[in-house]
Amino acid sequence: MTAGTPATFSAMGESRLLVFGGIALIAAGMLFGDIFAVFVLHQNGRQTGQALLTAAQAVAAQNSLAVNAVFAHIGNLLEDRGTKVDAHVHMIDAGYLALLLALLQPYVALSASSKKFLAKLFLTGGLLLPMGIFLIHYVGMTYSPFPVIGWASILADSAGALLIIVLLAEGWGFWNYLRDRRAHPLEPDLSKDRTWERRALLAGGTVLILLGFIYGAWYAGLNLYEHENREMVILKDLLDPPTGAGGLDASVNAYGMLQAEKAVQIAAHSHIIEFGLLAILLSFVQPYVFLSERWKRIWVRVLLAGSVILPIFVLLELKLGLLAGGIADAGGVMVIVALVGMLVGVVRYTGSLDAEVRKA
Amino acid sequence: MSTARKLLIFGGTVLAAVGMLYGLHYAIFVEHQTLDRMGGSLASAFVHAAERRPEDSQLALIAYRESKYDYVRQVDVHSHWIGLAMLMIVLGVVFDEVALGERARFAIALAMLVGAIVFPLGVILQTARMALQTAQLGSALAIAGSALVIVALGATAVGFMRGDAK
Repeated sequence: MTAGTPATFSAMGESRLLVFGGIALIAAGMLFGDIFAVFVLHQNGRQTGQALLTAAQAVAAQNSLAVNAVFAHIGNLLEDRGTKVDAHVHMIDAGYLALLLALLQPYVALSASSKKFLAKLFLTGGLLLPMGIFLIHYVGMTYSPFPVIGWASILADSAGALLIIVLLAEGWGFWNYLRDRRAHPLEPDLSKDRTWERRALLAGGTVLILLGFIYGAWYAGLNLYEHENREMVILKDLLDPPTGAGGLDASVNAYGMLQAEKAVQIAAHSHIIEFGLLAILLSFVQPYVFLSERWKRIWVRVLLAGSVILPIFVLLELKLGLLAGGIADAGGVMVIVALVGMLVGVVRYTGSLDAEVRKA
Repeated sequence: MSTARKLLIFGGTVLAAVGMLYGLHYAIFVEHQTLDRMGGSLASAFVHAAERRPEDSQLALIAYRESKYDYVRQVDVHSHWIGLAMLMIVLGVVFDEVALGERARFAIALAMLVGAIVFPLGVILQTARMALQTAQLGSALAIAGSALVIVALGATAVGFMRGDAK
């Protein structure tokens, strides 16, 4: 612990609020994602495929009313899935930004009360944004004064605006710091060390992000346009059904497989990068994890192992089926458990710090 | 604070705000309408096919393809700008631990910033309904931008692995 640590990490100070809030948002967002993957994702995909088959059968039967009814149902299913994915992503990203802001606080030239107020505003926005997104599907257009935007969307957009305002204010504080040409931070920097845990998280995180970028570039170059073209071919088949073996069923299956292929490739790309970023961010928090060296290393290993297992087995889902899906979910649980383990360490650290302050 | 760190942290913060503003603008003024158009045109393609109007069905399918093409890329722009901005800020905090010379660190930070701006910008240009050259320029910028980010990230990883930095 450095001499300046208590001042930087004071009770209910902005850094502590942002570190706690950030880790809690990330853990909650990941837990929500795991629950969604197990209980909603696959069921939703099956229902969408079934609805598409019904629509194609209605086309063959020249029943345009039935087609409209099925598409209303498909829209509902897609909204259900889309809003849950967005809630998951936005909650985790708000947590990442909170951790980032915690790191930047020593370089933000604003008053202590303003910084604390901004931290509270940010955490409020970070919680309300995913909540609003989640509610979009359930609230719909009930009592909305607008033609296409419901109250839940208004809540989500307002929370998003709140995050932007806080970020701009923090940027303004950082600009003030740079303009004053100060040589040192305004308050003690968050503690830095070169422990095994910190180096493992830094190097491991950077390699994870690099792998994710390379995979993303490969996907954009080789698969993105091919997937878009293949989707059109399948949709044309559905509208003008082939008379050969399989017929409509084969086209619907091909459509389902294409959607699954896209979903797993995008999920692998985004998750490996997000986990890499998380690992780097957690490397900064390590001095505040009040656990024995053995347990700190265990959580680092569990986190990095889960970060590799999840994206790899998400990719293997198409080949290995539910087994790979189960292993991927277990990878997600490993990351959550490691995150909660580190959060417990931070709670213990703040407890000991506050006890020392009270004694003094 | 070194120039490379300032570039990454300040550039990242501005880029995150730009990405969020872009996302907010898109969510309020474009997204709902695009989703309605996308879903409506796919439903129309099926309805017209059921009514045995193949030409209208084909036109609706083309409209669906174009809406989806734009939607996927616009959402990608928003998420990639914010994602890259966050990465820049994180690396900015820890950049002194990259065991390379100050000039090399500045070059890496600059490459990261330029790549992070240009890559999503190229993706936006791909959706512009203008000359074919604009779309090609967009693709070229997106490729160049992503290559810059990958190279900068690779160099950073090497810097982290080289041992203790100043």
